Amino acid sequence: MPPKLKGMRFLQTSLPSIKEPGRNEGSDRGRRKTRTSQRGLFSNRWLPYFLLLPQLLVVVVFFIWPALQALVESFYQVNAFGLGARFSGISNFIFVLTSGTYLYSVEVTIVYSLLTTLLSMGIGLLVASQVDKILKGRAVYRTIFAWTYAVPAAVSGSLWLFVFNPQIGVGSQLLASLNIPWNFTVNLTDAMTLIVIATVWQQAAYNFLFFTAGLQAIPREVLEAASLDGAGAFKRFWQVIFPLLSPTTFYLLVMNIIYVFFSTFSIIDIATQGGPHNGTDTLVYRIYQDAFQNSNTSIAAAETVLLIIFVSALTVVQFRSINRRVHYQ
Amino acid sequence: MEKTKHRRRMRVGASALALAGSASILAGCGATATPGNTGTPTKSHGRIQITFWTAYSGQLGSDIQHIVNQFNASQKKYEVKAVYKGTYPEVLSATIAAYRAHRAPNIAMVFDVGTATMMDSTGVYVPVYKLMKQNHIPFATSNFIGAAGSYYETASGNLDSLPFASSTPVLYYNKAMLASVGAKVPTTWQQMGTVGQALVSHGKAKNGFTIGWPDWSQFEQFAVWNNYHYATHHNGYTGIKGVKLLINTPPFVNHIAQLASWQKSGVFTYDGRESTPATLFIDGKVGMYIDSSAEYSAIASGAKFGFGEAALPYVAGAPGAPQNTVVGGNSLWVMSGNPSATYPGDAAFLHYLMSGSVQAYWATHTGYVPVTNAGVTHLTNNGYYQAHPDAKVAIKELTNKPANSWTRGIRLGDLPQIRNIENAAITAVFAGKESAQTALNAAEAQGNAVLANFASQY
Repeated sequence: MPPKLKGMRFLQTSLPSIKEPGRNEGSDRGRRKTRTSQRGLFSNRWLPYFLLLPQLLVVVVFFIWPALQALVESFYQVNAFGLGARFSGISNFIFVLTSGTYLYSVEVTIVYSLLTTLLSMGIGLLVASQVDKILKGRAVYRTIFAWTYAVPAAVSGSLWLFVFNPQIGVGSQLLASLNIPWNFTVNLTDAMTLIVIATVWQQAAYNFLFFTAGLQAIPREVLEAASLDGAGAFKRFWQVIFPLLSPTTFYLLVMNIIYVFFSTFSIIDIATQGGPHNGTDTLVYRIYQDAFQNSNTSIAAAETVLLIIFVSALTVVQFRSINRRVHYQ
Repeated sequence: MEKTKHRRRMRVGASALALAGSASILAGCGATATPGNTGTPTKSHGRIQITFWTAYSGQLGSDIQHIVNQFNASQKKYEVKAVYKGTYPEVLSATIAAYRAHRAPNIAMVFDVGTATMMDSTGVYVPVYKLMKQNHIPFATSNFIGAAGSYYETASGNLDSLPFASSTPVLYYNKAMLASVGAKVPTTWQQMGTVGQALVSHGKAKNGFTIGWPDWSQFEQFAVWNNYHYATHHNGYTGIKGVKLLINTPPFVNHIAQLASWQKSGVFTYDGRESTPATLFIDGKVGMYIDSSAEYSAIASGAKFGFGEAALPYVAGAPGAPQNTVVGGNSLWVMSGNPSATYPGDAAFLHYLMSGSVQAYWATHTGYVPVTNAGVTHLTNNGYYQAHPDAKVAIKELTNKPANSWTRGIRLGDLPQIRNIENAAITAVFAGKESAQTALNAAEAQGNAVLANFASQY
């Protein structure tokens, strides 16, 4: 298969697996069958595009069009009310990059996303592989470990804020009784710990769901064969299960990083508002502050463009470097 | 600036909305449906509708609704509809988006720090003093208490917006706690240190004092109360281009360094932005607390001890100190581009808000100060201040001395961003990460870049 199509394969193998967890033997043949039959499915060649239209409209109106607007505005200097717009070249970008805090925000975002991704994927995989071994009451465990994903991020943020409020939180009092100082309004490590915990608490559930689906897609006979060859539980996991899970792992790696970069606004806004001393001021939170608190849409547009470039570059790197090592069944 | 507890709760809902994705909202999708303004005003039951966007929900929301209902009942021509549009920044964002989509409300409530953004966008609003003149309603800046009038007036002394909810920071103190160490209420910062130390040494409190809205109370109000200079061009009142911050000058550096050393010794504790630290005072963990006078009702409903309100401490030896504090809160802006028949209604409603009885109702129910002289007279005459002497503290601070050219207030573009920068700086100092001078130098440089960028838009 030419390398260009690898991305598509990755979507085909990892996404549908959650819908059809029982898929194992003969799946390859089955897939080939559907693919060939797709050609003859539509009588009119425009019909598929027509059926795609609602979805495409949503994408264009809510994603492509605003992104283009942001791109245009990033080269203009505009008053909050849109008065006196004039072309200003790359001055907005220069302002952002020389603001003295932007590069720090990049650093904060990288630390935050790495910590969150590693922890939530690690916990998700650990729990999923343990639950996979359980025979009785598996559904109950699955529900328990998956439900935190259903909690809106804003609620999760408030919850953790409440538990770890430096003065009245139950968690803070517990830490105080253990003589561990805790005050995330001043201490940067505490603030980062708080938002990482709150994010991981939610993301681990998302990762758990996908790993569970991934584990179910692993053919039992492969594991049985490994056992017969004398592989212990540890060896079975690292040499058989983990490589076979790699499409899921790769998909989750990409999704987790994108999630942290783009969507972790609410937890930060509720718990730390980017503080203390900008220590949790991630790139996406900066955009919010500039656009909605400072009414400075031009600067926010420039930051949005930079963020999009940043995440796109990151995703391309991930596909190029890691995807080669991913084993698709 | 909003000082009530429900602010944090509103943040939760706001965040959920904001999740919708920054890029898409950036493009101005924020414009929400409002009554159409296509030439003819919207009428209901034959009345002309006036849309009034507020940042008030909860108790403040019902207080403002009460006033609106009274106005609607007082005449038959107009009907004011108060619409809650979220937090202050959200109201401003929504107003901007609506204006750009030609669907601006008739009247918008804009917080103090948004004043420069509004005022410098000439054409977006109808200046209130002109509106009143056109409608033959007597109106002058001098109708308002000194600090409110001077804070919102233009360089030529006119009011482009109507000063509305106004408060100012005061010192709250735990009466029994101070008495137990035989301390008087401090009037200077030096005494704050002494009394705070006594409370800690005697084990009466975990910390001596804490501070709410540190950016507002320890930079902006600290400057005017002690007659210091916050920014060049009379704190931005006499210019947009070339304005530079002065927050890394000795008065501010010394003050922040002093707070940092008190933070170390336990005399002071930093506990976050806005009114979050009020909990410490209410729980009796600190003996003194600096916050907005509008925080009074929240403290009164929570505190299980007798507490008093006193004037802010000043820096002993600062020439002219104590000078005057300025208001924080919001003013009401009349937006342009609406059907001409609605403007007399806007004028009538705003004029109604200025009356003694409405101001008295508002002040006694919310803890804000009355902003018109009529309101102060009304409350003085009916004996309110005699029964509630604490309520007079804020007014005394605001009118302590007539504001001079450096103490009218702070009129800077992108002021919310400058507050963020100040907060980042002081937390770095309180965490022991940077010295006060280093942190404030960095803050000054970052703030000046923000001001230069704002100026370049004009």
